[in-house]
Amino acid sequence: MIELRDITKSFDGVEVLKGICMTFEPGKTNLIIGQSGSGKTVLLKCLLGLHQPDGGTMHFNHQAFGEMNEDERRTLRREMGMVFQSSALFDSMTVLENVMFPMQMLTKQSETAMRKAAEEVIERVNLVDANHKLPAELSGGMQKRVAIARAVVMKPKYLFCDEPNSGLDPQTAIVIDNLIREITQENNITTVINSHDMNSVMEIGDTILFLKNGVKAWEGSKELIFKTDNEVINDFVYSSNLMKKVKEVYQ
Amino acid sequence: MKLLHHIGAYFIMLRLVFIKPTKGKVMRKLIFQDVQDLIIGSLGIVGFLSFFVGGVVSIQTALNIESPLIPKNLVGFATRQSVILEFAPTFMSIILAGKVGSFITSSIGTMRVTEQIDALEVMGINSVNYLVFPKIISMLLLPLVINISMFLGILGGYAATLYGGFSSSADFIEGIQMDFKPFHVAYAFIKTLIFALILATIPSYHGYYMKGGALEVGKAATVAFVWTSVVIIVLNYIITQLLLA
Repeated sequence: MIELRDITKSFDGVEVLKGICMTFEPGKTNLIIGQSGSGKTVLLKCLLGLHQPDGGTMHFNHQAFGEMNEDERRTLRREMGMVFQSSALFDSMTVLENVMFPMQMLTKQSETAMRKAAEEVIERVNLVDANHKLPAELSGGMQKRVAIARAVVMKPKYLFCDEPNSGLDPQTAIVIDNLIREITQENNITTVINSHDMNSVMEIGDTILFLKNGVKAWEGSKELIFKTDNEVINDFVYSSNLMKKVKEVYQ
Repeated sequence: MKLLHHIGAYFIMLRLVFIKPTKGKVMRKLIFQDVQDLIIGSLGIVGFLSFFVGGVVSIQTALNIESPLIPKNLVGFATRQSVILEFAPTFMSIILAGKVGSFITSSIGTMRVTEQIDALEVMGINSVNYLVFPKIISMLLLPLVINISMFLGILGGYAATLYGGFSSSADFIEGIQMDFKPFHVAYAFIKTLIFALILATIPSYHGYYMKGGALEVGKAATVAFVWTSVVIIVLNYIITQLLLA
């Protein structure tokens, strides 16, 4: 579980996050949605420890991040997996090497044990035939699956995904969304996903945090998002003709 | 003010290189890879340039000797001194600032742009140590490259002298043996080692801290080359003043 209390963050005097409070629960896919520039990525980077919040507290399983010493933070980081928007796979490594990489760097397992664990995860994301391919030889969807495999190979307690289906066709995007949800539920991971894709919201939004200009404008679930009267989120959700039609049908 | 910021950030990066080291087994592999890319991959261009520039140095020396009182062995002597003292260590380091430096900046910069460095950080890996330390270690082999450059530079001078008929083989060989001071070679290697650290770290700094996209990677590589060359030239002056004056 991750609990955020009054998180603030500024860059060059511009307040990007303004007092964000939220609880992300384990075994659920928690979505942070909002327009570009609303502060989603900054909030995610604060959760990852890549940015230091200016104010507020973050608790990971009731442990305050601000009170952790360097060793505790390192341990926490090892409990985190991250799927980057660009997949961020290491170009010079094959799929298998990419997935084995965190284990090689952070554990003392034997080569055989690491290979076995990596192959299991690669099989879980349905990429067995791509083991010896380089990232450049893979499609965008396959790269995302490798990134998910690399993020979960260390059995993290927390999984963060930055727009995991951006640049993917709708069918592949659903495959990726479902894969993340299944892995989250199977391993009881606290998953936080940045997205502005309404398909993802409808597919996997167990908990949704809507940010607007760095402020928490709405919180709920995919079931509640169609019922809310909140104008700000309605403007966001029903910005496309497709979603307007969906609303008409739903009502 | 901005320059001071960069100098401060550069030294902070240098400190980070040596803390939280990467596992030995992984680091060994990275070092071998960087030796291949940075050192062995540079031998061809270094050999080619050294041979021909050594030849040009000897031809120009020979063509400028007009007085019959000046002995012909001066061609060999001047070629040796130019190559050992300046051409091989300094000129080659500046050439490598272009070749090796831009490779380092663009490879690290691309990792920054494609979030690969963020991925390392999220895993709890000291990305500065992982990326920069193997480059520093592999660049410590630069004196070997410069040694080859010295040999080929003098060989090029010898070949050009004989082929152009500027002096005899005996005169040239007598020239390169004349008044030889081993400290000059030591001086060349000392400054090469310092240039090697500059060649590994300034381009790494510009790649690691770059912001933006693909276009900025190119710009960072250019800026890295300019600053690496400037620092090498300034340090060359200081080292020469300290060791030879």
